[in-house]
Amino acid sequence: MFEPEEWTAILLSLKVGGIATVASLPIAVAVAWVLARRNFWGKSLLDGVVHLPLVLPPVVTGYALLVLFGRRGLFGGFLADHLGLVFSFRWTGAALAAGVMGFPLMVRAIRLSIEAIDVRVEQAAATLGAPPFWVFATVTLPLAARGIVAGAVLAFAKALGEFGATITFVSNIPGQTQTIPSAIYAYTQTPGGEAGALKLSLVAATIALGALVLSEWSVRRARRGGAGA
Amino acid sequence: MISVAVKLTRRDFALDVAFEGGKGVTALFGPSGCGKTTAIRLIAGLERPDEGRIVLGERVLTDTGAGVGVAPHRRRIGLVFQDAQLFPHLEVATNLAYGRFFTPKRARRIETAAVVEVLGIGHLMNRRPATLSGGERQRVAIGRALLTSPDLLLMDEPLAALDDDRKLEILPFIERLRDEFAIPIVYVSHSVEEVARLAATVVRLEGGRVVQVGRPAEVLAPTAVARATHRFEAVSVLTGRIQRFDADYGLSVIDHPAGRLVLPGALSDIGGEVRIAVRATDVTLALGRGHQMSVRTALSGRVIRVDTDHGPFALITLELTGGEKLFAYATRRAVDDLGLDAGDEVVALIKAVSIDERGVPGLRIVPG
Repeated sequence: MFEPEEWTAILLSLKVGGIATVASLPIAVAVAWVLARRNFWGKSLLDGVVHLPLVLPPVVTGYALLVLFGRRGLFGGFLADHLGLVFSFRWTGAALAAGVMGFPLMVRAIRLSIEAIDVRVEQAAATLGAPPFWVFATVTLPLAARGIVAGAVLAFAKALGEFGATITFVSNIPGQTQTIPSAIYAYTQTPGGEAGALKLSLVAATIALGALVLSEWSVRRARRGGAGA
Repeated sequence: MISVAVKLTRRDFALDVAFEGGKGVTALFGPSGCGKTTAIRLIAGLERPDEGRIVLGERVLTDTGAGVGVAPHRRRIGLVFQDAQLFPHLEVATNLAYGRFFTPKRARRIETAAVVEVLGIGHLMNRRPATLSGGERQRVAIGRALLTSPDLLLMDEPLAALDDDRKLEILPFIERLRDEFAIPIVYVSHSVEEVARLAATVVRLEGGRVVQVGRPAEVLAPTAVARATHRFEAVSVLTGRIQRFDADYGLSVIDHPAGRLVLPGALSDIGGEVRIAVRATDVTLALGRGHQMSVRTALSGRVIRVDTDHGPFALITLELTGGEKLFAYATRRAVDDLGLDAGDEVVALIKAVSIDERGVPGLRIVPG
């Protein structure tokens, strides 16, 4: 049904999207909490930076990643030399690009769900003796669970569809950085590739739909349990 | 012993209060917006004062001069919010266990079983907060705060969000925890009956300042001819001895040096003392006895003061036989028609049906 290189692209897409989502989730929760619950100098600047990938042309984001995380980039060189973490022209780079592009969506959903929690429930926990981190872990996090799930699904779906920043940052190398959208793009550039493009498009639609259904289901389960109700 | 002296300025509000609270209930009393809730939040550590000191027992919790500001979770002060604020994702049992978990073992002097028994919440343990009634939620919230074995319990209008029946359901629980667990309580309220009934000391706040501190009978007494909206807030607090419960009529009879008081409902502690809050607007004055009237309570006393201005109201202060003060509001017209003046012997009539159970500890109406 699928050619080997198509399988490769599908599995790579799932891996890139999954890693991007899992790796950015804790950072997104932290940033969302800070934006929802703290007041500090430069808060609107942080908010702006987080939202940049949403409003910039994806090519610009990809180019910025190349400058910052390329082999000779600002952080890229350091990470490669000290942690052995190389992004340029690797699947890790595709995951980074996907994570960055999905980040604003994730933060937005989580921030809204944290802001919807009455601060006084958290204050009640504090007066009961819970230190700040415990308040966060036992009250804020469970009550924001729905927003966190929604944000993660949204970011995963975005990661699967990410194209512009990925192709700019890590190019379109089959088996390394060729995700479903890049593969579709490659098919459309090849004579007689229409059938392949259609097949992969259907796969992309199916995965996205499956993710949405899964999140609906988990949200409903959480609601029945009373969390975030 | 809690001692508070704080100043706080916000854009639309300034608070500058100093008071002390000892054993039993210290009530912060005043109209909404007077700073009661802010004062409570400062004590809990949820707000920081611009300057001031808060000391609980030996522990300095806040001292802006010395840069001290103990975090809320280290204060060992329980707070009961007006609207419970239970954890919606946890069962009642887990809500109750939450604070206990963070309480060091040696500090746990209040036992779960005792709290559950006093508050009557044993049958709710597996329920979620969303399925509880307002009164049940508030009882769980009180229990949750108690189970941290706090050094001080703050209650921010714990009854305000409840309907009258639920208020009457909770008040006896608050009295029991005050008496049985011996925790000092700072109780915020704008209800004279609640304050008269619960408090040992009343701190009256107005516009962010303390205007009066004292026993309920002193602080809740009217200070001037009533402004139209304030006349219902003035109460006299009478102390009597429970003589008997008349089961046929569902009435309790109270002995008082000035006469006999009749209250609707049952009081169980026969022979014990009871405090009764009587609103000044519920007292009728008569110059003699013997008229056929529906009022059963007639107390003898002497007018010691009549205050009037050019408005419709007059405030009459009586000294009842035995020495307690009773305040009555009447119209200025009535005072002139009767020729009331200081020194007159009068009879104060109090309609039993207008006595609010909230102002009499333990009073329970027995339905017919």
